Amino acid sequence: MGAALRIAGKDLRERVRDRSALLMAIVLPLVLAFIYDLIFGSAAIPRPFDYAVVDLDGGEVARVFVTDVLGEAEKQGYVTVRTASGVTAGEELAADGAVDAVFVLPAGFTAAVRSAAPAEVEVIGNVDSPTGVDVARSIARSYAAEIDASRLAVAAVLAGRDHADVPERELAAIAQKAAAATRPLVLEDVSAREKILDTQTYFAAGMAVFFLFFTVQFGVSSLLDERAQGTLARLLAAPIPRVSVLAGKLIASLALGLLSMTVLVVATTVLMGAAWGNPIGVALLVLGGVLAATGVTALVASLARTADQAGGWQAVIAVVLGLLGGAFIPISQVGGFVATLSLVTPHAWFMRGLAELAGGGGPGAALPATAAMVGFSVVTGAVAVIRLGKVVRP
Amino acid sequence: MAVRMDVTPALRCRGLRRRYGDLIAVDGVSFEIALGETYGLLGPNGAGKTTVISMVAGVLRADAGEVSVAGQPMTPRTPAVKARIGYVPQDVALYPDLSGRENLRFFARLYGLSRAEARSRVAEVLETIGLAERARDPVGEYSGGMKRRLNIGVGLLHQPRLLILDEPTVGVDPQSRNAILASVEALATGGMAVLYTTHYMEEAQRLCDRVGVIDNGRLVAEGTVRELTALVGEHDRVVLAADGDLPAAAEKLRTVAGVREVSVGAGRLELLCGDGRAALPEILACLASAGVAVRSVELREPDLEAVFLHLTGKSLRD
Ligand SMILES: Nc1ncnc2c1ncn2[C@@H]1O[C@H](COP(=O)(O)OP(=O)(O)O)[C@@H](O)[C@H]1O
Ligand SMILES: [Mg+2]
Repeated sequence: MGAALRIAGKDLRERVRDRSALLMAIVLPLVLAFIYDLIFGSAAIPRPFDYAVVDLDGGEVARVFVTDVLGEAEKQGYVTVRTASGVTAGEELAADGAVDAVFVLPAGFTAAVRSAAPAEVEVIGNVDSPTGVDVARSIARSYAAEIDASRLAVAAVLAGRDHADVPERELAAIAQKAAAATRPLVLEDVSAREKILDTQTYFAAGMAVFFLFFTVQFGVSSLLDERAQGTLARLLAAPIPRVSVLAGKLIASLALGLLSMTVLVVATTVLMGAAWGNPIGVALLVLGGVLAATGVTALVASLARTADQAGGWQAVIAVVLGLLGGAFIPISQVGGFVATLSLVTPHAWFMRGLAELAGGGGPGAALPATAAMVGFSVVTGAVAVIRLGKVVRP
Repeated sequence: MAVRMDVTPALRCRGLRRRYGDLIAVDGVSFEIALGETYGLLGPNGAGKTTVISMVAGVLRADAGEVSVAGQPMTPRTPAVKARIGYVPQDVALYPDLSGRENLRFFARLYGLSRAEARSRVAEVLETIGLAERARDPVGEYSGGMKRRLNIGVGLLHQPRLLILDEPTVGVDPQSRNAILASVEALATGGMAVLYTTHYMEEAQRLCDRVGVIDNGRLVAEGTVRELTALVGEHDRVVLAADGDLPAAAEKLRTVAGVREVSVGAGRLELLCGDGRAALPEILACLASAGVAVRSVELREPDLEAVFLHLTGKSLRD
């Protein structure tokens, strides 16, 4: 272990001397995060969905939907809600892109709920905001489903009584109950998709995790440099266990990654006002991210013959994973196949874990994402160590 | 000259063998180096010198054979034995972004010297190799000769009893080369056993108590310079610088009376003759008839080049 640490220490010293590591690890991510934040501001970034609601019904059940379901979501910052005077006005709002979707509570909605007739909240979508529309639909659908469920229950309780005889007050209470049961369900649906980072944090985190995949390569790939410059033979001739050479390189990668991420978290918090969330949770995610980046990078290095070649491949991998993983654009917002596909990248898990923390989660909220990244690390790292072991084998 | 005594040798190699794919790079090499002795491995590029040295230093695993250092078996997995060896690889192996002192300190600590020991040894070695003034500068800014000296210095840090030098003068200016040879002589005089590889016969003649001649992975002869040159017998070496169809001329020369061996290099012919002086007129006439223009002629007493030519039919340098 002593020899491994000594080799790692020597590597870190080398990296400090040659400025490129500093540039990749700290300067570039900071500068780019700043620039992105300036250029795109809040535009490109996850924001609450803007909805309008048209209440043509004016009844009790419609009111519950507007005040309790949408109102609650608004209070938690997931959506904004405005009122539109009519369907035409609502359609115009959606067409102008002023809102992501419009809820229309049709005339007779409350009456329909009261009777056994189908009751439906209609959604008018803004075509440019598929995700916003999706979320709106799912809110509407869940509310309707809850009402249906409640209605069955009510029907059973009131069996034999004429629906028309049910007092308005009693029906309102039932509707309230239905809405109460609905709310958590709807909000869960929204929050699962929409725990989102603010602009500064998003760009800070995106750039940090993107450049992390460049930073850690300075550790592992230097094994190939050592071979090329002949110093590997010296290390192998030295009275140290061979495994400590490889261990030293991995330690150097981890140290570079942890160091740069720590600096970036602190610097973006202080300079850009990024809000990374619960510190222990962030520490877990950073550790997971660094492990995953080291594993992936080591795997690429193990396939290359020279450090230059490794650097080229690693850059390609880092860019592809970074793009797919949502380090530049919030992939998770796109939804569908791409969002699912993005989960094959450690980046997506890192961002997702941070979003969990942004939603107010404690360290526990970061665990699934951390576990996923550690998984990446174990799989890629194991293959890499087996392959790189050959480099130091006599 | 070191006296060979019946004690545990500084280094003993038995039947070393190593192949790269189909190529047998080292094929059954055995030799011993006595305490305090300087032993040279002399052979052309590709003869297998570096491969032998890598196995001796524990960098490379031997396919077969054994190495023991001061009586202790040595393999790539015996770190303790490695600590007895000072290893200087053929190519400059240093960290260019670190200073000379940082390079030395890193390797000193890697070889198990304490912080204090490392500090004093690094200072001593910097003096020895004449780099104390430049110790703070990054090695990347050193001249070729300075890098070579530092490269050797790294091998001296832990005061090994056996120093292995792999062609330490390749690509070095004459002045640095002389300095390097002088320092190796000084180390040997100080009692260090040295294994020295080279393809320069002058270096082997100057430094080595005994020389092993290696070609195609095999040790073809071994002995003191005197013993080796005696193998050639009363033969002279004739070196001709010439232009023309040299391979064809070589064929003709082999028929000239008194000519034993002919080897062709770039713009150069090397001959081994019973009596060089006597054979020279006929050699020149033969070359003239072959249409070869001779630019210079050199006649040499038997030396290690002649030995190599005699043993292998090739010249050390091509
Ligand atoms: N890593 C290697 N892979 C394949 N062939 C090698 C390798 N190293 C050396 N060789 C071959 O082995 C032979 C001996 O090489 P080497 O020991 O370097 O010779 P020398 O040091 O005497 O010039 C040469 O033919 C060389 O091409
Ligand atoms: Mg060599």
